[in-house]
Amino acid sequence: MQYELEFPCKKEDLAPLRAGDTVLVSGTIYTARDAAHKRMTELLEEGKPLPFKLEGSAVYYVGPTPEKPGQVIGSAGPTTSGRMDAYAPRLLDLGLAAMIGKGARSPAVKEAVVRNGAVYLAALGGAGALMSGSVRELEIIAWPDLGCEAVRRLRVEKMPLTVILDTQGGDLYQSGPAAYLASLGSSQG
Amino acid sequence: MKTITRQQITEAVARLCIQANTSLPADVAAALARARKEEPWPLAAQTLGFLEENLEIARQKDLPICQDTGSACLFCQVGSEVKIEGDLTEALNEGVRQGYTRGYLRKSIVGDPLRRVNTEDNTPAFIHTELTAGDKLTITLMPKGGGAENMSRLAMLKPADGVEGVKKFVVDCVKQAGSNPCPPIILGVGIGGTFDQVALLAKKALLRPLDTPHPDPFYAALEKELLDLVNATGVGPQGFGGRTTALGLAIETLPTHVASLPVAVNINCHVTRRASVEL
Repeated sequence: MQYELEFPCKKEDLAPLRAGDTVLVSGTIYTARDAAHKRMTELLEEGKPLPFKLEGSAVYYVGPTPEKPGQVIGSAGPTTSGRMDAYAPRLLDLGLAAMIGKGARSPAVKEAVVRNGAVYLAALGGAGALMSGSVRELEIIAWPDLGCEAVRRLRVEKMPLTVILDTQGGDLYQSGPAAYLASLGSSQG
Repeated sequence: MKTITRQQITEAVARLCIQANTSLPADVAAALARARKEEPWPLAAQTLGFLEENLEIARQKDLPICQDTGSACLFCQVGSEVKIEGDLTEALNEGVRQGYTRGYLRKSIVGDPLRRVNTEDNTPAFIHTELTAGDKLTITLMPKGGGAENMSRLAMLKPADGVEGVKKFVVDCVKQAGSNPCPPIILGVGIGGTFDQVALLAKKALLRPLDTPHPDPFYAALEKELLDLVNATGVGPQGFGGRTTALGLAIETLPTHVASLPVAVNINCHVTRRASVEL
């Protein structure tokens, strides 16, 4: 199935999505990777506000290349999400609706996704030029000292993503390879 | 003696940085195209098609193929009849500094592994130098992404583990990496040598073009067998499932100690970038 989603979103919009579905994401999303997650967690410890509202938001794990004059953004594909596993359950419990990245997540993240009715979406790893085509506006909203790791607000249009973890516990990284291997078994059997 | 100036080296490296990050070597692009045609699983074939489209967009819009423009891994072969004017390491680092700045490439290096402050110019480069005969300086750049590098592994196997132990280690490494290193991947496998040398062998194996098998038929056959085993894991492009888990696999070996069987697997993503220049 293919769906379209606008962020920020309501959790009920995520309920129909299933692992393996395609989603075209539009609206406002935020970038954050290792260093920004560390700082956001420190702000939470101190009881201070985060650079953006978590509730209903999507975070894209990306550190883009610098934009050339006249470009909105440089190359902008996903980084490995597993490095954010230590921080993600807390953000999900505080209302984060979607994470965008690539690669497997920990059992704790999977549980937090189901518990909160959130989703984990994959962008195409190593396809930064293609992914950047969906970005219409970019603004650095926190920690410019972090360079490529600064928090950016992006306005995106129909960014093509694949559902990896859904609200029901589905996981494409398990079911996808299993379905392919099963197809070999049935064709040989 | 032939004299090569610091400026010649710096300018050559700067160009390599930009060239390597915006266009893939022909053998890697060809392997991707062939994999898409031969991929039996529809979602996997579609995903490989998007990766080919990405190469085309990068070319048209003059964008880096991947946002992780990598650690600058440099391999230098210095002829014994070459005189380098000035400091080679400084000349190479200045080339990386200029190339990553001029080319709007991402600066991905922190100056200290624990205190983690970005050096803001992608230096230092990771430099390997070999002395050779002749009057040429050959410089090869491999920008190496962090996601795939992180999934690489090394083991000191026992000689009794033999070739079966090596096969198991490589396949386990690929399964454990799963979707993380942006499959389809390319594998560099080092076998033999010492603890430090085997990791470098694995990295050097990634420099060999994918259409060039190992010159020793024994290892050429092992490369093919290992690639087939890896492509039977089902991981597939992006880890979504399918046949094309890897586009290529190269083995490099060294003699080793009677007690040792070192093995290293250096994983690279489908954006396996390399570019060379001869001065």
